[in-house]
Parts: sequence; C-alpha cells; structure tokens
Amino acid sequence: MTPFRRALRPTALIATLAAPLILGGCDLVVMNPSGDVARQQADLILWSVFLMLLIIVPVMILTVVFAIKYRASNTESEYAPDWDHSTRIELVIWSAPLLIIIALGALTWLTTHQLDPYRPLDRIAPGKPIPAGQEPLEIQVVSLDWKWLFIYPEQGVATVNELVLPADRQVRFRLTSSSVMNTFYVPALAGMIYTMPGMETKLHAVMNRVGTFEGVSANYSGAGFSDMRFPTLSVDAAGFDQWVAKTKAAGGALDATQYLTLEKPSEKVPAMHFGTVQAGLFDRIVQMCVKPGTACGHGMMHHGAGAQEVAPAVNNRPGEGADGALMKSPDEMKTSPHLTHPHGAPAGHSEPGADSNRNMTRMDAPAYPGRAAAGEA
Amino acid sequence: MSDTLIKMIFGRLSIESLPIHEPIVVATFAGVALGGVALLSALTYFRLWGYLWKEWFTTVDHKRIGIMYMVLGLVMLLRGFADAIMMRLQQSMAFGANEGYLNAHHYDQIFTAHGVIMIFFVAMPFVTGLMNFVVPLQIGARDVSFPFLNNFSFWMTAAGAALVMASLFIGEFARTGWLAMAPLSGLDYSPDVGVDYYIWALQIAGVGTLLSGVNLVATIVKMRAPGMGLMKMPIFTWTALATNILIVAAFPVLTAVLAMLSLDRYVGTHFFTNTAGGNPMMYVNMIWIWGHPEVYILILPAFGIFSEVTSTFSGKRLFGYTSMVYAVLVITILSYLVWLHHFFTMGSGASVNSFFGITTMIISIPTGAKIFNWLFTMYKGRIRFELPMMWTIAFMLTFVIGGMTGVMLAVPPADFVLHNSLFLVAHFHNVIIGGVLFGLFAGINYWWPKAFGFKLDKKWGLVSFWCWVVGFWVAFTPLYVLGLMGVTRRLRHFEDPSLQIWFVIAAIGAAIIAVGIAAFLLQIFVSIRNREALRDDSGDPWNARTLEWATSSPPPAYNFAFSPVIHDLDAWYDMKARGAKRPLTGYLPIHMPKNTGAGVILAGFSLVVGFAMIWYIWWLAAAAFLGLLVTAIAHTFNYDRDFYISAEEVTETENARTAVLARHGA
Repeated sequence: MTPFRRALRPTALIATLAAPLILGGCDLVVMNPSGDVARQQADLILWSVFLMLLIIVPVMILTVVFAIKYRASNTESEYAPDWDHSTRIELVIWSAPLLIIIALGALTWLTTHQLDPYRPLDRIAPGKPIPAGQEPLEIQVVSLDWKWLFIYPEQGVATVNELVLPADRQVRFRLTSSSVMNTFYVPALAGMIYTMPGMETKLHAVMNRVGTFEGVSANYSGAGFSDMRFPTLSVDAAGFDQWVAKTKAAGGALDATQYLTLEKPSEKVPAMHFGTVQAGLFDRIVQMCVKPGTACGHGMMHHGAGAQEVAPAVNNRPGEGADGALMKSPDEMKTSPHLTHPHGAPAGHSEPGADSNRNMTRMDAPAYPGRAAAGEA
Repeated sequence: MSDTLIKMIFGRLSIESLPIHEPIVVATFAGVALGGVALLSALTYFRLWGYLWKEWFTTVDHKRIGIMYMVLGLVMLLRGFADAIMMRLQQSMAFGANEGYLNAHHYDQIFTAHGVIMIFFVAMPFVTGLMNFVVPLQIGARDVSFPFLNNFSFWMTAAGAALVMASLFIGEFARTGWLAMAPLSGLDYSPDVGVDYYIWALQIAGVGTLLSGVNLVATIVKMRAPGMGLMKMPIFTWTALATNILIVAAFPVLTAVLAMLSLDRYVGTHFFTNTAGGNPMMYVNMIWIWGHPEVYILILPAFGIFSEVTSTFSGKRLFGYTSMVYAVLVITILSYLVWLHHFFTMGSGASVNSFFGITTMIISIPTGAKIFNWLFTMYKGRIRFELPMMWTIAFMLTFVIGGMTGVMLAVPPADFVLHNSLFLVAHFHNVIIGGVLFGLFAGINYWWPKAFGFKLDKKWGLVSFWCWVVGFWVAFTPLYVLGLMGVTRRLRHFEDPSLQIWFVIAAIGAAIIAVGIAAFLLQIFVSIRNREALRDDSGDPWNARTLEWATSSPPPAYNFAFSPVIHDLDAWYDMKARGAKRPLTGYLPIHMPKNTGAGVILAGFSLVVGFAMIWYIWWLAAAAFLGLLVTAIAHTFNYDRDFYISAEEVTETENARTAVLARHGA
C-alpha cells in the first residue's frame, strides 16, 4: 500500500493542477490541509480531477472545434446528412469513459478502505509510522443545540466550543448528538462525519501542524446552526499536557445535571471548560439516558471507553416527544403565532449596543404540552 | 365565545399567525395583492373569465395543459429566484459584526423554499409541461391516454404550489432544508406549521406528478402512430418514457416517506423520532431513494431536448440513436443504485461506500457516451446557430464540468471533505442550471413556434442566453472556490472577512442571471408584440425532423386530421424527403374528449384539506375531504365525456391550412 500511496503524490502533478486553484493565494484549506488524512483526501481530489480531465478537455475542445468548423456558413466543410453510425467511433466513445472509470473505480475502492474514518490510522504522516505502544487519544464529541461538547475521557476534562488536540498523535473521535443531526468537520484535519442522536459514529485523524484551525457543523440543524463553530487548537504534546493540567486546576464539573442544562438550546456560546467529567457520561448520552430515572436499557456494559461496538441504530427508548396533533383536545392545542412575532426580551447578550441585541437568530419555538418552551431554558 | 370553541373553529390559526409585523413580508403581500387585484379586475373588465374557464382551466387538451404547466413553472421561477437573490444578498453582507438583513427564521425558510420551489414547482412543471405538449404530437397521437387525468394532475400540482405560496403570508414555511430531514422535521424540533406546509404541498402536488407519469407512460406505450415501433420513437419521447417510468417508480417512495412523517406529526407514531424505536436514518435513506431518481427525472428529458435540437440544427440524423436509447435505459436503471452517495459521511462501511461510489461513476459512462453522440451529430453537419442550438452548446461546455465535479463527489474519501460544502452546492447548480434549465430554455425556444405559430425574438433571446450563461459561471465559480476553502452550506453568517469577496462575486452573478430572466420575459413580450413579423405559417420553421412539425402551428385541437404512418425514425424528415403530400379530402368526424371542471374542483378541495390539516382545523379538513370524495364519485357518473368534431369542421380547418400553406409556398 505504501508505494502505491507514494506514487499518488508526484509533487509536480499536484503543483500543476493546484496552480489555477490557488487563485491569488486565498486559503484553500481543503486542498492544503494540516492533517495527514485530509492531505490524502486532497491528493485524491487532484487525482480524480486529473483522470477526468483526460476526457473532458478533449470533449470541450471538440465541441468548440466542431461548432466552428461545421457552422452552416462554412460550405467548405464536408456535409453528410445521413451519416449516423460508426461502430468504430461508438466503441471509442463507450470504452474511453469506461477505461477512465475503471481506473477511478479501482482508486476509489482502495482509498475508500484506506481512508475509512472507522479504521485506525497506520501512520502519522508520510514515512512516519505510529510510535510503538502509542494508543490513540480518545475524544468524545457531542453536538448540542447549538454548540459542541468535547469530552476527554482519559484526561477527565471536557470543553464546550473548543477542541484541543496534540499534534502528531492519532485521535479517535467518538461522536453522537443530543437532539438533531449535525456534521463534525474540521477542514484542516480530516473529512466530516455525521453526529446522530442515539447513535455513535467514529473518526480517526491526526493533525500534523501546530496552530489554530476552524471547525464547524456542516449539516443544518436549526436556528443557531450558523454559529456552531469551534476553534481547533493543535498544540505539541507538552502543550497538551499543560492544557489538561490547567483545565483540571480551573475546576468546574460536568455531571448529568450540568449536561442537562447545557443541552438546552443556546447560541453563540463562548468556550467553556470542565475540570472533571462524570464517568460514562458519553455512553449515557449515546443511549439517551442522561436524565435521572431513565434506565439505560441495552448493552450499557458493552460500551465502555474504547469499545468498538456502535450502539444499534434502532433504539428502544420510551417515547417522550410530543403527542400527535390529532391526539390533542382543542384546549391543549396552542395557536401558532408567527415565529418572528415580537415577544419578550431577547435571549442573547444584554450589554447595551451589543450587536446580538438585534436578536437575529433567537429561537423561540411555540410551547406545546409536556415540554418547556425552548426560550425558557 | 369560549377559547375552546375558537380553537375548534380555527385550530391553531390566529391573528398572530400572520406576519403583520414583518415589513418585508407585508410589502411583498401588498405588492402581490395589488397585482392580483389588478389582474382579476382586468380579467373581469375584459370579460375573460368565461374564456379562461371554458378554454383553459377545464381543458383536457394536452397542448393547453402543457402550456399551463409552463406558465406555472415560470411564475414559480420568479418566486424561487427571488429567494435565491435574497440568500446571495444575505451571504454577501453578513460578515463579522454585520448580521445581514435576514434573521435565522427568514433565512432558513428562504433556503428551504428555494430548493422546494425550484425542484418541485419550477423544474418539474417545466419538464412535465414540455413532455405534455410535445410527446403526443411526436408520436402522432390526438391526446394523452387519460385526458381528464391530465387536467386533474395539472391542478393538483398548481394546488401544491398555491400552498407553498400561502405559507409566505399565512404562518411560515419549513426551516429544515429542502428534504426536511428527520429528526429536525419531526414534531419535537419543528412543532410549527412550516413542515406541515411542506408535507401537504408536496403530497398534493405529488398526486399530480404521479398521475401525470402514469398517463404519459400509457400514452407512449399505447398511442404511437402506426409504424412507430419502439426503435422508431423520437429520442425525446424515449427520454420522456424513461422519465415517466422513473416518476411512477420513485414518487410513491416520496409519498410513503412523507406519509410516515405526517403520521409521526399527527398521530404520534415513531417512524423517524429519536425515541421509541424511531430511526431518523431511515428517513434519510428513503428520501434519497426517491431523491436520486428525481435528479434523472429532470435531466433525462433535457437530454432528449438536446438530442432533438442538435439533430435538427446540424441538419443531420442523430448519431448513434441506438446507443443513445440504451444509454437512457442504463441511466434509468442505475439511478436507483446510487442513492447512498448522498450520505457517505453517515458512517457506512468502506465496502458499502465504495459500491455506491462506483455505481455513481458508472452513470458517467452512458452520460459521456451521450455527449459524444451529440458531438458526432454535429460532426459533418451544417450547424445553424439558432437559440436552441446555442443553449445546447452552452450546455455541453457547462455540463461536462458539472459532471466532473459530480464524479469527484462520488469518490467517498473526497466526498468526506466536499459533502455539504459550497462545492456541492456549486456542483448541483452546475448540473441543474447547466443541464436541466439550459435544456428547458433550448426546448422553449425550439417548440414555442409550434405552440403559438410564431418564433421567439432572437435579439432578446441572445441577451437572455448570454446573461444566463455568464451569470451562471460568475455566480457559481466562487462557490466551487469557497467549497475548497472549507465553507459549508446553509450558513447565514460568517466570521472570516477574507471570504466576503467571493460571496460578493457570487451575488453579482445572481444579478446577471436576474437580467437574464428579465430578458427572457422581455423576449416573450416583444415576440408577442411582433408576432406578425415572427409568424411561421409553414408549421416547420426550423426544417426539423420529427412528427410534431408535420402539423400546423399551433396544431388543431385534434393534432392530426389523419393518423400519420411512420416509416423512419425521423418521420417528418422522411416524409419531406419522399415528397409526401397532405391528404386534402376524405376527412372523417374525429372523436375527442370533452372539457370538464372536475379537475379544478377536486384540486380545490385538496387545497382546502391541506390547508385545514396544516392549521389543525379538523372540521374543515373532514368537510373538504368529504367534498373531495363526493365530487370524485359524482364525476364517475358523468357520462357526457366525449364529442365528435364534425367532418365539416375538420374540412374547414384543414382547408384553411391548405390555403395558408399555398400562400407560404408561393
């Protein structure tokens, strides 16, 4: 596999193809990332473009050439109104795309397996294998309405809206969501992966440079979605240990109660740090049984830290959402005021003159029986 | 009156549901209301109601229904494009401290409405309208198999569109993205009326789409003129057949998935909820099992249009007809085997992802072969650069780039970094604008003279053409770049100021497209004004090749006085080459379907059912549903459904045409 991968990266080819893409030095982070996984994905993009240009460039040239050469006013050119078949040409026009797709298909099969986000990495960077005995750092990621929670189970710390990674160390993300689907995406690090309620996904990646990068949610999840950004700080190993120590010392505890408060919808949440984290919290989140009194039904024991199983997609939690509309008596039925109808003080910042006072994204969903209105959180 | 009683009468509808505190919406409403009143007054003043009702609303003539579909598509294009402009404006200004001018409620509704309207109420009516108009003419039929069903289908589509438009002024539309993904679209996270508008609009329009699909499949299979074997069918009819087979097979999936979502919302079932055994991923799977074939439902007829146009304007037989037909069929089948490529990033295994990635790439083989076929149709031709041909060449140059970025997205590890990014947004606009829309414009310019008897003005057509093509590239190249800069879709606000320039360029592109749309409207207006100068009496202004050009423009209600007999793939070209003469005597009475208002009434009741269900006005929903049933049953007892156009009338019409042709020939 290694020689194959090396063959994928002739620098000259990449430089040629990337030149028009650089476009005056703007930051094409997808094509010029800082993590080895994203690097390989960028190379793959260039290779697939190269393979397809082999056929697309001739087609575009031929289109223009034929259009000019066979224009009606050019009576010099040959005119064959009844010529509509040529076995030789048909063979070429079916087999040329076929050959390219065979090449691209083979490349796809290999790289899809190689870069499967569930597969632990086999190197930190080209020519740099993973040091013997080094376990991946596990980070548990939970997307909440509308912020990100990162739990470091081995270190026992957690953050909100700030991801800190040690550079050159494999990270295993285990991801889930508290309510709706989001996508965890740090373009400089690796490809994206969905976070889904009641389910767990995985992503293996490594950051090779030190610095601050941007992370986002790439899947629309509601009113506060635009601000679901988190800085991703890549620090060296010593820096990471210092950061853990500092976070621990600063205190703050993330337990079930704290989590349930945190889980409620809020926007533009500044970075938060927790010095201690309740053990097994992430597994309870995956199984949607954080709330006291909800039993974690199935397979709790199989989902300890580092376990490879994924919670089954079909859950058997008792329903706790809203009743169907037809089941409501007229008295239970609320009217549905227009969502931008003015009501109450804005839930955002309250400093005079603060821009957020314009209350542009406040979610204030109408209440319905059995659930607190989101605005009351 | 007690609160309970008010709730029983009005459901959750109240004065507060109206966006009376929103200046933009109120101003829009005032504009629409004024325009509407002006239009209605004009109709009344010029006493056009009777004419419209008798000749258009109740018509079962496939040509008029086709034209009504096109009008619906055009009106909705203006709405969908207004949404696009608003998004581009918001994204070009909302950086840093500037929050832009749209809050999340509005912005999220706008991108949802833009997608829903452009796919379901612009592209679909345009495509269905063209198929409706052209297919029966191309196969030498007098109408579709089920003329009443055709009228009913149109009005159901229009009712769906009306519901979407109503959501602008009464309540609000969904804030979920155009596919209303669960669990976000469930009652837990979207308790308001938006998703209900979405569901009922699509369900009602979906009935129309499905029935229209059944109708056209039956028409193409059963009603071809004698001699027209399957392999003598014009290529546009082939693509229409493939598309309608896709509709019949795919739309029930959409209906089912939306029905399950409504059960979750109305009855409290748990198909797609997070708890109680629900599985939101199943929604994603099912919606894309419909959603991917939908893409081909749109693009295949466009391929058909390009084939007809290339062949006609190159003055040549279509190169590789047989392989073209097989390419269409291969695409039809493969379109069902690729849906998972929309969610490679949801954690499927590597082998599953590879499988769907490779099946997706395989579709590019027949598609590539089609492009080559058009290329070799041009080869050794005599290409006339009329508007339809210009759209076709612009398509060939634009679409290959969209195809290339599509295959890039089909490589799963590449998709991991491009999924849900602006690169993806640029890609699908590249194929839908550069493929479907360019095809529709080619088709409109091509078949307009057949529908109305005069050509479209070329000067304004060229302005529209260049604005669309240039505007498209100016608007979407920046999105490709932004996608590679790691910028994802549906964001309302940005932090990084270095991105702004790209969004400003994209907004300029959208403005150029706006000029293109305005020029298109002007083109129609100018052409109607200058119709005498642009008139075509021959019925065959392009020296075309297929059967629809054999009859007059516009064709008589019965299309063909005698069923033509087909000897060649290019039937009309063959007739011209062999010097076939129009028969001038021996006309017989022609059996025709009769107009009926049942379609309008049924669709009207459906609209009320939808509206009442959205607002929880149960009594009204029940009453309207009862009305729907009674009308449907009553209509089955209507035996007065057909009539004969007398031989004298046919003779008169045909003699008039003979006279016109004689003048034209002289």
